Amino acid sequence: MAKQIIETDSVVVKFVGDSGDGMQLSGTLFSDAAALGGNDIATFPDYPAEIRAPHNTIAGVSGYQVHIGSHIYSSGDKCDFLVAMNPASFKSNLKWAKKGATIIVDIDTFTDEAMTKAGYTSNPFTDELEREYTIVKAPVTSFTKRIGEEKGADLKTTEKCRNMFALGIIFYVTNKTLTQTEKYLERKFAKKPAIVELNKAVLTEGYEYAEKLELIHSHIVKVSNAKMPAGKYRNITGNVATAWGLLAASERSGRQLFLGSYPITPATDVMVELAKHKSLGARVFQAEDEIAGICSAIGASYAGALACTSTSGPGLSLKSEALGLAVMTELPLVVVDVQRGGPSTGLPTKTEQSDLNQALYGRNGEAPLIVVAASSSANCFYWAYTAAKLALEHMTPVILLTDGYLGNGSQLFRIPKVADLPSITPRLATPNDPNYRPFRRDEKTLAREWALPGMEGLSHRVGGLEKCPDGPLSTDPENHALMVRNRQEKVDRVANYIPDQEVTGNPDADLLVVGWGGTSGALTLAVEEMNAEGKKVAYTHFNYICPLPKNTGDILRKYKKIVVCELNNGQFAGYLRTQFPECPMHQYNKIMGLPFEVGELKNCFTKILGE
Amino acid sequence: MAERHFVPQADCEYTKADFQSDQMVKWCPGCGDHAILNSLLATFPKTGHKKENILMVSGIGCSSRIPYYVDTYGFHSIHGRACAIATGAKLANPALSVWVNMGDGDSMAIGGNHLIHAVRRNQDLNITIFNNEIYGLTKGQYSPTTKFGQVTKTSPYGTIDYPFNPGELVMGAQGTFFARALDCVPLLTTEIMTRAAKHDGTSVVEVLQNCMIFNDKTHAAITDRAVRDDRTIILKHGQPMIFGKDKNKGLRFNGRCLEAVTIGENGITMDDIMIHDETTEDTGIHMMLARMSGDLPVAIGVIRNVKKTSYTQLYEDQMDECKATGKYKCVDDLLNSGDTWMVE
Repeated sequence: MAKQIIETDSVVVKFVGDSGDGMQLSGTLFSDAAALGGNDIATFPDYPAEIRAPHNTIAGVSGYQVHIGSHIYSSGDKCDFLVAMNPASFKSNLKWAKKGATIIVDIDTFTDEAMTKAGYTSNPFTDELEREYTIVKAPVTSFTKRIGEEKGADLKTTEKCRNMFALGIIFYVTNKTLTQTEKYLERKFAKKPAIVELNKAVLTEGYEYAEKLELIHSHIVKVSNAKMPAGKYRNITGNVATAWGLLAASERSGRQLFLGSYPITPATDVMVELAKHKSLGARVFQAEDEIAGICSAIGASYAGALACTSTSGPGLSLKSEALGLAVMTELPLVVVDVQRGGPSTGLPTKTEQSDLNQALYGRNGEAPLIVVAASSSANCFYWAYTAAKLALEHMTPVILLTDGYLGNGSQLFRIPKVADLPSITPRLATPNDPNYRPFRRDEKTLAREWALPGMEGLSHRVGGLEKCPDGPLSTDPENHALMVRNRQEKVDRVANYIPDQEVTGNPDADLLVVGWGGTSGALTLAVEEMNAEGKKVAYTHFNYICPLPKNTGDILRKYKKIVVCELNNGQFAGYLRTQFPECPMHQYNKIMGLPFEVGELKNCFTKILGE
Repeated sequence: MAERHFVPQADCEYTKADFQSDQMVKWCPGCGDHAILNSLLATFPKTGHKKENILMVSGIGCSSRIPYYVDTYGFHSIHGRACAIATGAKLANPALSVWVNMGDGDSMAIGGNHLIHAVRRNQDLNITIFNNEIYGLTKGQYSPTTKFGQVTKTSPYGTIDYPFNPGELVMGAQGTFFARALDCVPLLTTEIMTRAAKHDGTSVVEVLQNCMIFNDKTHAAITDRAVRDDRTIILKHGQPMIFGKDKNKGLRFNGRCLEAVTIGENGITMDDIMIHDETTEDTGIHMMLARMSGDLPVAIGVIRNVKKTSYTQLYEDQMDECKATGKYKCVDDLLNSGDTWMVE
């Protein structure tokens, strides 16, 4: 059959295999190549909590999904191409393949033993299955081994290259060249030319194998290039974007960056990234525990740094008391919470939006603070920057909510110039100011001034005990009431400094879809598709969570039907109801540790519209 | 590696009065904390550090009120976390002279983890532990240093908790400076604190402090004037370990352990008495000295004072090195690094 190339707007490729099969790397290399070739991309790694779960078991399956196309909002629902490196990954991921998808399996791994381990009792490749999908039974292991032998490589090294064979096939069927990946290999193994040779040979072998395979010649796709605003682009993960946003805020504000953190999935990479950048002045401290992480940051903040701590759900729980201290001492602090499935240890490697209540309310006493949420991997940069700006200008802790999906996922990022970012003006006190008082407030923002140890003539004490505006301790009832009100009012007034909430989709619709945080990709696409199909749906997505934008009530009151969609059991819906009890709200909640799929959202919206 | 000093020296001479705050001191009359505060106020002028560069950090408990009574920058934080807060402040600004004040419960129960890790890192912090062997502010529950078997409000039948010895804990965590002081000998406390301040690394000073209300006389068996000279030994670097009212007792190492001997008895001469060396890296003898009790006098003074490059210096050296050699000079460099491409 002649080679036939299908032009398409987008394609989803998923690489799955045993932990250690190199699926995360295959996915990254493919998405990088696609991005450099001009596609828009979004990626989503899906890996088990265990580093190397037992070989060939379902528990050990690791995956990486890549969505490429002309305009990509999310990492996609189901895949067009599935690469499965062993029976267990094939079994657990078949449900994520679209009907008619092309599935490439390493047939050499489908031994009786491995199939039994995966839970198969009979041949998985039934006639019915072969009719539904195009299944390429590629001899990945044996071909790779043959090349390894030719190149004189040992078996262990050779086996590590199997992913390159699969990647070669995928490059062929997506009509891409190998150049980008070859360059990567040359860079990565610059000191090991034999490894470069071997990997390149296996990659090419995979590509050539596909070239000769007529079975897939009618399935080759050419994905349209991105239509994006002009500018310079790069690929970035949410956690790296968060780290870079903090670095930019430090440079722009002139305050040294301090991060005190403790390793925790999926937030660790924020610390890992910042630890690399001592040359940019990032002072990173790996603390003995989560509490020391935030406490060291509070100490650094008192001493004048742009102080941050990064964590995930259980870590935020441990930081609760210290967060109250930051509220009480009115010190700037950025807490990054890369949310994961909870409660307790929960689902460490899966995504969820269930820390919202904890962020809003998880402290003793009246302890208001600012909560913002990023909504894409790339915009983690801007939300980290914004969190820092708000903390420094309003003298308050800020919690930035991202999640495992945003943090580990990647996206194209239009590179800004730091000088073009909004200015940041910390509220520094003036040395020897005779009128300095620790809790003297700015008339407009109610923010206090930041007097740093080392500044002459401003020595003062802060702490967890209630103080009076002049600084000393006070248990006076009236004073406590005043200070509680001031701390609340200070956070409320942040609403005067943030932009209005926007509505997209069809503003005259009957149904308003409400989302917040990391779900905007799937929600945007679902709403777009609904409107394209002639249904009227409006959409508003929240990044400013506390305080809410001032026009929030006006928007909510305008629509007959509202559905609040979130990856938890209804926390944002509950929060909105307490403030806008006059607005009835539907909920769409998913609590499976997985992101939304466009299909399920559209079903839900259609149902509500029909009611 | 060149030793660096980060805390700027004052260009004037301070007196104790310069550090007294205008706040009313609210400890119980007769509390040992008053004496410790006085010793500390007398210490600051001796360190020569710029006043505005001094930061007092405390946790929660009676002793942790101390920042309010000292006219420097101060942070009265939350229970157990003083070390962690101090660590962050010193990291953010190494030019600060950072003092951490905690009680026994604050430092070794709820804050035990932070204490051992602070000690292990050897950052340039000055830690004072006010050890009254009781929870005072919550009115009399046993602490991690309460004597075994003691009856307290939460141990009505006597504690069955084996107590911590702060010195052992510090040395077990590779501490480089440990000293013990008595609240009732304030001049010696000031001397010890001054040496602690000069130590480049984490210093821990345990002050045996009396809580008149909830654990009165807990240290009396060694601190009462009548017995003090015989029940304690003041260690001085390079000097023989002599003690006793008549200065005729000493410590000897018998090959297995330390023993108290009387000079002139059983053929013991001054040559048999050990010379105190606070600088030996090995913790063996220091550990034995810190542990002395019962038949042996309780060791007072600087027990251990070892040179080891501080975390503060290592951190700053690494920062300087990275800044000098780093690829990225500004965040724009970083944003534009690696694979990037133009979209027209």
